[in-house]
Amino acid sequence: MLQTHALTASYGQFKALFGIDLHVAPGECVAIIGANGAGKTTLLRSISGVLRNAPGMVTHRGTPIGALSADAVLQRGIAMVPEGRKLFPSLTVEENLMIGGQVRRGDGRWTLDTVYALFPILRERRLSPGTALSGGQQQMVAIGRALMSNPEVLLCDEISLGLAPVVIRDIYAALPRIRETGAAVVIVEQDISRALSVADRVYCVMEGRVTLTGAPAGITRDAVHAAYFGNAA
Amino acid sequence: MQISVTTRTRASTIAGIAALALIGLGLILPAFASRSVIQDLFFILTLLTLAQLWNLIAGYGGMVSIGQQAFVGIGAYAMFAGVILWGWDPIAAIPLGLGAALVLAVPMAFFAFRLQGAYFAIGTWVIAEVTRLLVAQWKTLGGGTGTSLPREATADIWGVKAIAALLGLRDAAARDVLAYWLALAMAVGTMAAIYILLRSRNGLALAAVRDNDNAARSVGVDAARLKWAVFLSAAAMTGMVGALIFLQTARISPDAAFSVTTWTAYVIFIVVIGGIGRLEGPIIGVLVFWGLQTAFADYGSWYLFSLGLIAIAVMLFAPRGLWGLFTDRTGIALFPVQRRLTTTSQGDSRNG
Amino acid sequence: MIWLDTIVQGLLLGGLYALFAAGLSLVFGIMRLVNLAHGDLIVFAAFLILVVVQMTGLNPFLGALIAAPLLFAFGWLVQRVVLNRVLGKDILPPLLVTFGLSIALQNGMLEVFSADSQRLRAGPLESASVDLGPVTVGIMPLLTFASAVMVIFALNQIFYRTALGRAFRATSDDPVTASLMGINPASVFAIATGLAMVTVTIAALFLGMRSNFDPSIGPARLIFAFEAVIIGGLGSLWGTLLGGAIIGVAQTVGAQINPEWQILAGHLAFLAVLLVRPRGLFPRAVD
Repeated sequence: MLQTHALTASYGQFKALFGIDLHVAPGECVAIIGANGAGKTTLLRSISGVLRNAPGMVTHRGTPIGALSADAVLQRGIAMVPEGRKLFPSLTVEENLMIGGQVRRGDGRWTLDTVYALFPILRERRLSPGTALSGGQQQMVAIGRALMSNPEVLLCDEISLGLAPVVIRDIYAALPRIRETGAAVVIVEQDISRALSVADRVYCVMEGRVTLTGAPAGITRDAVHAAYFGNAA
Repeated sequence: MQISVTTRTRASTIAGIAALALIGLGLILPAFASRSVIQDLFFILTLLTLAQLWNLIAGYGGMVSIGQQAFVGIGAYAMFAGVILWGWDPIAAIPLGLGAALVLAVPMAFFAFRLQGAYFAIGTWVIAEVTRLLVAQWKTLGGGTGTSLPREATADIWGVKAIAALLGLRDAAARDVLAYWLALAMAVGTMAAIYILLRSRNGLALAAVRDNDNAARSVGVDAARLKWAVFLSAAAMTGMVGALIFLQTARISPDAAFSVTTWTAYVIFIVVIGGIGRLEGPIIGVLVFWGLQTAFADYGSWYLFSLGLIAIAVMLFAPRGLWGLFTDRTGIALFPVQRRLTTTSQGDSRNG
Repeated sequence: MIWLDTIVQGLLLGGLYALFAAGLSLVFGIMRLVNLAHGDLIVFAAFLILVVVQMTGLNPFLGALIAAPLLFAFGWLVQRVVLNRVLGKDILPPLLVTFGLSIALQNGMLEVFSADSQRLRAGPLESASVDLGPVTVGIMPLLTFASAVMVIFALNQIFYRTALGRAFRATSDDPVTASLMGINPASVFAIATGLAMVTVTIAALFLGMRSNFDPSIGPARLIFAFEAVIIGGLGSLWGTLLGGAIIGVAQTVGAQINPEWQILAGHLAFLAVLLVRPRGLFPRAVD
């Protein structure tokens, strides 16, 4: 459904991605793992339209979307939870959620009420400025905000970064309920065991290239180690 | 094999020699050029100096002031005050312009440096307006309508008689020659000073402050002191140029001396069209500005209308100015301040 | 009693300055754009209303109603075609482009409309006044002030009560993340500038009915407007109204002392506020 074809990306002179091939099937959960600076975030930014590419490098249901802007990509049903959560400080929690729902696809299940049902604490804090919340609550707002557009694919960039383990557990507990609605989820994650536990398939990225791919069951510790740090073993 | 840091290029060596030749030519030009050429060159040289000074504070220093007309005006008025109130010779009164601008620049900097970005720009403009309105209250210098230099003062300016005798000119033409030589000296002196500054350690520090104030401070650059020094010296020099310009016109009014359009808008256009943040930029810019003005002088306001549109077009399509466009294509820099690593060795000399 | 009158007149004058400043405040608050052509745009709008009035024989209020959508379109287009391309971290490019626009507008108007002073005729309304106990105030200044309050109120409603206003605030906070929410920052900015031009139309209407105007008076209006915006604090619309009032009162008080000090007193009040509060009276908490 969503595919990248020999995707490359660079920041000025610096090349960050060297020909990434990746695909996401409907309803699937795909994890992208890799060390810091491997190119995981760049990959998500390229898919979501924050970075523009040649049109054919990213396709969605056969349509080239690589050159579309981020707002056009969202309208096709691909929503992103950006790294660092990036709530709008001038907006309340509820306004942050509402702005996510400004572009809605069809009459999907996500509304303010269903998001509040998923993360009940947000209902209590709905009138606070988004940035007055704790890190974990902010992450919930960021996820809820992306869900409000009823996406077909949800891209999650480092949703556990900087959070306490107990908070991470709560956030990951929401993933199955998000997948129940039929949305595919792509998570970028540095915590390998966490990624392997939720994903249907895993891509390991090193220095801008995919070094390992497959279902978690077929992946050994040594293979991941090699894919992470190069062929030292 | 030896590695060294240099800013010199072959083009810069040629440019250096050409610049010296041009200065020499400029010095002897009044011996054979017509009076109107000298007047045009006076106009070009003074605008060039103002443009270089604005380029220094905004292009290199990152201080986008739209209040530089305050210094032109106060400098000019100080010179007039020296002549009219105290009977000084106009030439002797020119440094008064420098002093007055410096005195004004201290409170202006104290105030404006507290402001950031757009607030800085607007703040400097308002201070210039305040200065204009205060000067317009100065009744002995003509108040709001302005005044002229008295005839007896302009009749025997220092050196005019000697120039008239030397070149066989009338006094009026000799006055133009004198003003032209002073303008030439100010332009050359200003550009040389800026060039030396940029090639010094302070030049690097200035670039660092412009690009990131806090980062520069954290590696030991005294950002505040450097900004003060640059702002004050540019202001002082701008005041002196202002005094010279109004010595040549011999007539002054608050609206003319403190005109934001003439002394700041046009100066900014010159810098932008030529290329901001480089020494060559204002030179190209002032030539384009003068060329347009000469070519379209008969079209009145349409000329200024087009100038505005050209400034917009340059910003959209060549944001680094005409000179930027040229160096991007050719890699040539006449007054390079960029440091490059070079290797010198007997045999093979590949750059490391 | 004369001082009470002076202050009331100053407050009402401040309404005019707040009208000048409202559009500037909106655009400055949303996209940090310093529009140096704002004053000339007000004058341009006044000329447009004048042309409409002369062609149709309508009164200026109705003329403004016709001019407003045209000016909305003009603002939208300028933002789309020119200003969006120079917005960024560096304040210099937009500053220079709007400086260019200012010079082009001034001189274009000079060629088309000549340097002659013009005025929008509003009939008996111009000289009507009302007795409010200790002070007598003109209907026109009163109407100006009421319009300023209404414009600021309306902009605030849009800003805090509508989806468009949410998009304004979100884009102002972080354009990249806003685009991930399906917002196109370029088109949000274009709508904001269009809206600003509608407020400019209203400002132009009162400028033209209250006093003479000619192509050269833009920059002075721009300074007053900027002073009001900066005194109020970036992004605070009610602050802008207060800023206008402060400039207005300072000017009338200054003029009361010495007629030549009117403008000077306004500037000095601005500098004094900025000296104490470099970010204005009500700066937004997040910037």
